[in-house]
Amino acid sequence: MELINDLFAQGVQMMLTLLAAPALVGLVRKVRARLMRRRGPSIFQPYADLFKLARKEALLAHSSSWLFRAAPYVVFAAIWVAAALVPTFASGLMFNWAADILAIVALLATARFALALAGMDVGTAFGGLGASREMMISSLAEPAMLMIVFTIALLAGTTQLSLIAQFMLDQPVGLRVSLGLALIALIIVSVAENGRIPVDNPATHLELTMVHEAMVLEYSGRHLALIEAAAAVKLLLYVSLIMSLFFPVGMAQAGGTPAAMATGMAWWAGKVVLAGALLAFGETAVAKMRLFRVAEFLGGALVLGLLGMILLFVSRSL
Amino acid sequence: MLPASLDLLDVTYFLSGSVLVSSFILLYQTRLFGILNAFALQSIILSLAVAWQAMVQQAPHLYVTAVIAFLMKGIFVPLVLRRIVRVLNIHRAVETVVSINLTLLGGIGLTILSIMVVFPIARAADVLVREDLAFALSIILLGMLMMITRRNAVSQVVGFMAMENGLVLAATGARGMPLVVEVSVAFSILIAFFVFGIFIFRIRERFDTIDVDDLSAHRGDAR
Repeated sequence: MELINDLFAQGVQMMLTLLAAPALVGLVRKVRARLMRRRGPSIFQPYADLFKLARKEALLAHSSSWLFRAAPYVVFAAIWVAAALVPTFASGLMFNWAADILAIVALLATARFALALAGMDVGTAFGGLGASREMMISSLAEPAMLMIVFTIALLAGTTQLSLIAQFMLDQPVGLRVSLGLALIALIIVSVAENGRIPVDNPATHLELTMVHEAMVLEYSGRHLALIEAAAAVKLLLYVSLIMSLFFPVGMAQAGGTPAAMATGMAWWAGKVVLAGALLAFGETAVAKMRLFRVAEFLGGALVLGLLGMILLFVSRSL
Repeated sequence: MLPASLDLLDVTYFLSGSVLVSSFILLYQTRLFGILNAFALQSIILSLAVAWQAMVQQAPHLYVTAVIAFLMKGIFVPLVLRRIVRVLNIHRAVETVVSINLTLLGGIGLTILSIMVVFPIARAADVLVREDLAFALSIILLGMLMMITRRNAVSQVVGFMAMENGLVLAATGARGMPLVVEVSVAFSILIAFFVFGIFIFRIRERFDTIDVDDLSAHRGDAR
């Protein structure tokens, strides 16, 4: 019976993540549009886009191989599984115990690898350009991400996300410098990984500045729908990750009552909406960076992560 | 007043850690106004840290230090430097540094070095003093790094002032620097600042630039 309940809760979490993700993208677009004094499309527009794409014919270039067709499924699967591992409205769900935060980083890297290969597969200039840029950004973001993970793991004594969230809930963590640094670094990494301004502009189709869009330029139909959905889930994943690591307030416990789960869900929805609005504010406030400035931006995140670890080390040996 | 969960150690640690972090923010900047803002931020955090120490140690003279740090280095020096930058019309200049990432990594190395140096030496000292000294030493070294890696005279002045911030942090943590010494340090820094200011204008007048690399050609040993 308990197993069925656990499975059910996990299933709800996975479906909820998938269903809520396009709304988050829509929300960010809407808030951005409102900030620019445009009316903007409805929050639910991304759903319509996805359905439209899913119904359309998928065109394949003559020079494409099986890799090109397989990549969207690999990308989507890897990101969805990674999203299932992150605590959203409740911690300690069934899959949370299967893998830790390092596994999530690895899954996301797998997705990125598959997409970069697919970008180069057709052999067009843009695909290769996008893939090489994406790899450059991720090669800088990954070390920073690992430093953040290590900082938090040192602090909480575990890499299991549920246990970390529990630790943050239980302990009066107080004013910890390392934690603040890790938070800033994680926000920088999330911005870079999701291709948001200032690293990449998700709305652009200007060749010079595209990163993610250049990679998926050859895709159409259901393949594109899968990739777009995966990108939306990834954004939600990062938001949930930040929230569960640093603000796990209101999160339900494993095996909690349905009422507790519902409260957790309301908290989670509130936090996601807040994060989406903040992202939109941030994106309207800053301009996109030159590509070569991104290295410095992400290098800053790496240094913040390292610094957080050093400070933690010092406070440990106090 | 303060929530009970914040104990004394945490706040002290938070403030001195923030001063160190602001040193890194200073190293990250490439624009002159950015450098000046980061320096003002560092000085203001420093004055907060000093004021907190004054409260904890019950040492009223430290309040004077805090006020001097806030007024002089938090407001006065950045404003004057800002004016110099504007008068010289170099506020759009982007500094060509070695490489921001390299500098930052060097800074991390220096921080680790100073922790490794201070911790064994000050083993007998109070934990907070030890941690304060380690941070102060790394802030001093980061100030030096700033002076080495920057070519613009204004940012070298800021590097020098940042070093002095490290000295003040060390002095307040060590519980025992008399007010006379502090005031005289503050004033010698101020005099150094004026000398620098005149120096910058003189360089500019003579060589039409304040990039100190261009001065090398005028040295005796140049080819």
